[in-house]
Amino acid sequence: MIRLEGLWKTYEMGGQKLHALRDIDINIKSGEHVAIMGPSGSGKSTLLNILGCLDQPSAGEYFLEDRAVAELGADDLADVRSRKIGFVFQAFHLIPRLDALANISIPMLFAGVAGPERQERASRALASVGLADWSAHRPAELSGGQKQRIAIARAIVMQPSLLLADEPTGNLDSTSGKQVLELLCGLNANGITLITVTHDPSVARLASRVIVLGDGAISREVEGRDVASLDSLFSNVPAEAISEARS
Amino acid sequence: MKATDVVQFAANSLLQHRRRTLLSLLGVAMGATAVVFLTGLGDGARTFVLGEFKAIGSNLVIVMPGKTETTGMFPGFGGVPNDLTLDDANALRRRLRGIRRVIPMTSASDVVSHRQHRRRVTIIGTTRDFFRAQGLRAERGSLLPDAEFGRAAPVAVIGSKVARELFQERDPIGKVIRIGDARVRVIGVLTDRGTQMGMHVDDTVFAPVASVMQIFNRNSLFRILIEVNAHADADAVKQQIIAVIIDRHDEEDVTCVTQAAVLESLGGILRTLTLAIGGVGAISLAVAGIGIMNVMLVSVSERTSEIGLLKALGAKGNQVLAVFLTEAALLSTTGGLLGLAIGTSLLELLTVVYPKVPVSTPMWAMASTLALAMITGPMFGVMPAWRAMRMEPVTALSGS
Repeated sequence: MIRLEGLWKTYEMGGQKLHALRDIDINIKSGEHVAIMGPSGSGKSTLLNILGCLDQPSAGEYFLEDRAVAELGADDLADVRSRKIGFVFQAFHLIPRLDALANISIPMLFAGVAGPERQERASRALASVGLADWSAHRPAELSGGQKQRIAIARAIVMQPSLLLADEPTGNLDSTSGKQVLELLCGLNANGITLITVTHDPSVARLASRVIVLGDGAISREVEGRDVASLDSLFSNVPAEAISEARS
Repeated sequence: MKATDVVQFAANSLLQHRRRTLLSLLGVAMGATAVVFLTGLGDGARTFVLGEFKAIGSNLVIVMPGKTETTGMFPGFGGVPNDLTLDDANALRRRLRGIRRVIPMTSASDVVSHRQHRRRVTIIGTTRDFFRAQGLRAERGSLLPDAEFGRAAPVAVIGSKVARELFQERDPIGKVIRIGDARVRVIGVLTDRGTQMGMHVDDTVFAPVASVMQIFNRNSLFRILIEVNAHADADAVKQQIIAVIIDRHDEEDVTCVTQAAVLESLGGILRTLTLAIGGVGAISLAVAGIGIMNVMLVSVSERTSEIGLLKALGAKGNQVLAVFLTEAALLSTTGGLLGLAIGTSLLELLTVVYPKVPVSTPMWAMASTLALAMITGPMFGVMPAWRAMRMEPVTALSGS
């Protein structure tokens, strides 16, 4: 599904070169659930942005479903984002003036899906995240957990093969976080490839594989169930989350 | 993305910022109002002036003494080598073909009086045909008698204002007035007419042309008006006039102007003036366009993160461009329509207050105002929309 070969991302700041990503090689199979962890500034979000075709690498190759992303033009990339990739953001990124159904409809709007079909698919997506009765509510009238579930509905409404989640539970209380994780894992169980960037070991634990970044490079790679062994990474993580992950 | 979806998405965004949208709409509406109202005024003035000229008939050829080349001045203002005389007028009446009337005219300004009432007025020496050609009617009494050009008679027809000023409520018919030292009898009072052909008819005294020439010791006529049978004959008659004058004066020392040419020239000037004042209104529309650009720049800046989101969700650059251009177009088009409504309402109000002024905005002005308003939005919105289109999704998503 995803193949990264010798991937670099370099920024120039004040005449100095800063390597956000260094020589990254990753293979992710279709239907896999991968967590990306690492301390702040380790390059997790940069990597996720490149995987989501929101950003381009400075060097190296990115193959998405065996297609070299570097060869795609701006409109092709938009097409890939529209049809193959779903995004779930930590800050939800819902448009405040639109109600839940309209927010979910946005990807279909730009993909040219006709009105009645749009309505029907958005309603189904909303029902699939358990918020069928909240279609007319605007983001300001929803809790954090509900907002994230609507964001997930929006991410899956175009039936993408890849779901990218950037700290999906970062702004949620533990109960809402659990509901959101259950949703994401359910989608993965149904065959969607899930890549999650997280600080939270209890989130990473659910992945089949955890890639740990340090200073822009891959420092370790472990199976999800072994995430608790990465003690050195979690010096800032609450003990509760570590013990939850260990359990 | 379907056009209706783009419009709906753009409208939704505008409705979120109601106050800002309303202020931008007002800006465009005021600009459009200015264009519609000023153009309506200008065109009304044009219609009014041309109507006044048309009232005296478009079949007139005006003969004035002198030519620009020979006098060095505008024709009719002295310094001519040969006077235009009553004999010339008689010769023209005899020799011209295809004409209906020849009307000699002379003009002076002097004090007229009746008992203790005095008034300085314009005195026109002419014939009965003058009233026919200009559609002037007597409210009381009669018009000047039909007589030979050279026959003087101590009679006068006075304008309605002169009648009011000199006689108040009394009937002037049969009364004697003084023009300078001459005594003439009032035989008629004209109906109210206002200004016609640059002459304030109501404040004018008309007397036989020979009488006025005698009173003021004049040899030369001020004008000879020649009414042709048909509009199409005007140019041919003009050539005949010049031939007669050359025959009599041994040179072409008159200027002939057809009424149609005057109307055409005047119409052109007034149309240019209308366009000019419409242009002044268009400037305010352009200022409103800058207002739209400002609003759109703020909007793009405020919605950077939203633009990033739209791109992350698959919106193409040109779709983002279309959304923002549509917002600008909606603002300017709605503002333009609002301006058309306000402008035409103001003109309607004006016609109620001043019914004599025929103000109305022509269709071309309405259409071009709306077109201009519709263009203004996208024209000034293109820069902010372009900026939105060019945003990198990852940078925009972070809101920076």
